[in-house]
Amino acid sequence: MAVTTLDSDASQPARASLLYDPVIRGIVFQVLLALLILYLVVSGIANAAANLANAGIASGFGFLGERAGFDIGQTLIPYTSDSSYQRAFFVGLLNTIFVAAIGIACATVLGFIVGIARLSKNFLVRKVASVYVETLRNIPLLLQLLFWYKAVLSTLPAPRGSLELFNASVLLNNRGLIIPQWLPEAGAGIVYASIAIGIGAAIVIARWAKRRQMATGQAFPTIRMALGLVIGLPLVVLFLMGTPFTPQYPELKGFNFVGGSTLRPEFMALLLGLSLYTAAFIAEIVRAGILAVSKGQTEAAYSLGIRPNTTMRLVIIPQALRVIIPPLTSQYLNLTKNSSLAIAVGYPDLVSVFSGTVANQTGQAVEVISITMLVYLSLSLLTSAFMNWFNSRVALVER
Amino acid sequence: MTKIILSAAAGAVALGLGAQVASAQTLESVQENGYVQCGVSTGLAGFSNTDDAGDWTGLDVDYCRALAAAIFDDPEAVRFTPLSAVERFTALQSGEIDVLSRNTTWTMSRDTDLGLNFVGVTFYDGQGFMVPKELEVTSALQLSGASVCVQSGTTTELNLTDYFNANNMDYNPVVFEGLEEVNAAYNAGRCDVYTTDSSGLASIRLQLDNPDDHMILPELISKEPLGPSVRQGDEQWFDIAKWVYYALVSAEELGVNSENVEEMTESENPDIRRLVGSEGTFGEDIGLENDWALKAIKHVGNYGEIFERNVGPETPLQIERGLNALYTDGGVQYAMPVR
Ligand SMILES: N[C@@H](CCC(=O)N[C@@H](CS)C(=O)NCC(=O)O)C(=O)O
Repeated sequence: MAVTTLDSDASQPARASLLYDPVIRGIVFQVLLALLILYLVVSGIANAAANLANAGIASGFGFLGERAGFDIGQTLIPYTSDSSYQRAFFVGLLNTIFVAAIGIACATVLGFIVGIARLSKNFLVRKVASVYVETLRNIPLLLQLLFWYKAVLSTLPAPRGSLELFNASVLLNNRGLIIPQWLPEAGAGIVYASIAIGIGAAIVIARWAKRRQMATGQAFPTIRMALGLVIGLPLVVLFLMGTPFTPQYPELKGFNFVGGSTLRPEFMALLLGLSLYTAAFIAEIVRAGILAVSKGQTEAAYSLGIRPNTTMRLVIIPQALRVIIPPLTSQYLNLTKNSSLAIAVGYPDLVSVFSGTVANQTGQAVEVISITMLVYLSLSLLTSAFMNWFNSRVALVER
Repeated sequence: MTKIILSAAAGAVALGLGAQVASAQTLESVQENGYVQCGVSTGLAGFSNTDDAGDWTGLDVDYCRALAAAIFDDPEAVRFTPLSAVERFTALQSGEIDVLSRNTTWTMSRDTDLGLNFVGVTFYDGQGFMVPKELEVTSALQLSGASVCVQSGTTTELNLTDYFNANNMDYNPVVFEGLEEVNAAYNAGRCDVYTTDSSGLASIRLQLDNPDDHMILPELISKEPLGPSVRQGDEQWFDIAKWVYYALVSAEELGVNSENVEEMTESENPDIRRLVGSEGTFGEDIGLENDWALKAIKHVGNYGEIFERNVGPETPLQIERGLNALYTDGGVQYAMPVR
């Protein structure tokens, strides 16, 4: 803070002594404080290492390169028991990010719907939404996870008695939800390309439409157009190419189904629990955000002849977002951190794989827990950096 | 999990801020406290489990009681800390417990990297598999493709991988930290197979909804020598822990038991006289009184009595002595002489 006075330096009269210069003094004290903290950290680490050595406990980070020797139930990157502990760390990290990202998306969509429903004019809709919020917000998340895992998913039938959906191409049993896998054939590349082209074209058109509207005031059905390009175009190409994918249907072999992709019940329970719980909080944030926009805004819009739907979309929501985004960010952070309850339902997230199994197999709890804490800290900082950037984009821009 | 994080954090702070990790003073602090703090499992019938009255019982528990009796002449002078597999070593390292007696396998890396010393082998075991009978599986070699329930942070997790790899079989691990969760998952049919130490399987089977619907497969895929351990760096405490175990086995070898141990002080047999403290200063040499072993045997019984009472053929677990018989009876339990 002392540094901000620097530019006014030139206009100031020369000081009698450097000792009394607030700028210099400020810098000196900050440097001293930084050195002190550095000293504490370095001596703390050195001391810990010495004490660990005295106690005969291995220390250091060399273990990360060693062979892990255990298997993990869900891996998003290739991993075998011959991979290193470091690889196991990334498997756990990706599993955490995977469930958190999908959870955030689901919780946001559901939270917005419920939040808006709580303001509905329809009594039934409003009440159902309030009951949802009050119930889910007030039951501890751990209990909800156990409920989904033990009371719902584990009561599903065994593989032999699977529930069959969509002509037996999708199966639901106590080993998970098994869907056919679509193996690409020649020509699949063209379908992938059409998806990319669709997205690209949608972005270009959206920009053009916005510029045109700014200049001329003419509206353009951007959303419908974008949907058509992103979903419609690949679908058309898919059929024109004669569906260049072969489905591989799950088949009961021995103990379980082989082929197809499985969503494990551990993942489903965690995702359900996290999304439904966080959605209840997001709903409240959305409701508060909408209520925070004064009624005069709606009335003003109506008196200009803007329709209710458009008013919501162009007048209310943009202003509500400014109120919604900061607390929404902290819900996203909560969801990410809460995903560490995964271990209760056997989902192999970072905490379960790394600070559980790896810490125990190597015995290097201090190192492993430090790394884990650092990861959660970084994930949180990254999420809030992104949300701050987003917030500054929707913040009030004076024209 | 919170426990391990707390312990690790406490450990890190203690280590980092220069507090000396307790060493060489365990006996002193135990005597000051008036009890031994003993780490056990969260509930494995026969090894460490609370009974209907809320008292801890089991083979692992009795070892701690013997240790307490040798020090305080009171088998109740113990406090128990239930620990999951993942929590156990951190609890010992951080000084939260004085001794870990929790069906823990003695392995080289644990002995050398974790800053602990194994006292001895109180139960020789091996890893096995349990399956529902309706699967009609008769050998572990038919388990390819199965979902396997296993507890994290155990040797079990590693042996399982090795066994399936070595036999070119696939499997799907379902891993939990808590014993309760693994049991519940297996009970609900989430897995086809439950794997852990065969003694553990015998105990867990009894806790299932229908024990008779499940069977333990014949294969034992590993060596699991289970025994208590203490922190490294305190030789005196290590000696006490070790010799209490030897005393229990020696007593069985010499025919000394909880009933006759008081009379045995009059025995003519020099081996017995040294054991019960009628001769020599063996107790004083490890910082205790000379009748240390007598106290342990009087309150808890010899190794054979402990085995029969907790896991033997007369108990629900119905485990035969097998490898755990004395070396004179074809087993491998063998005590170093008190001399
Ligand atoms: N002997 C193995 C496995 C020991 C183990 O943790 N077994 C489980 C299953 S039998 C257990 O006792 N759990 C009890 C608990 O977590 O409280 C080891 O030392 O790693």
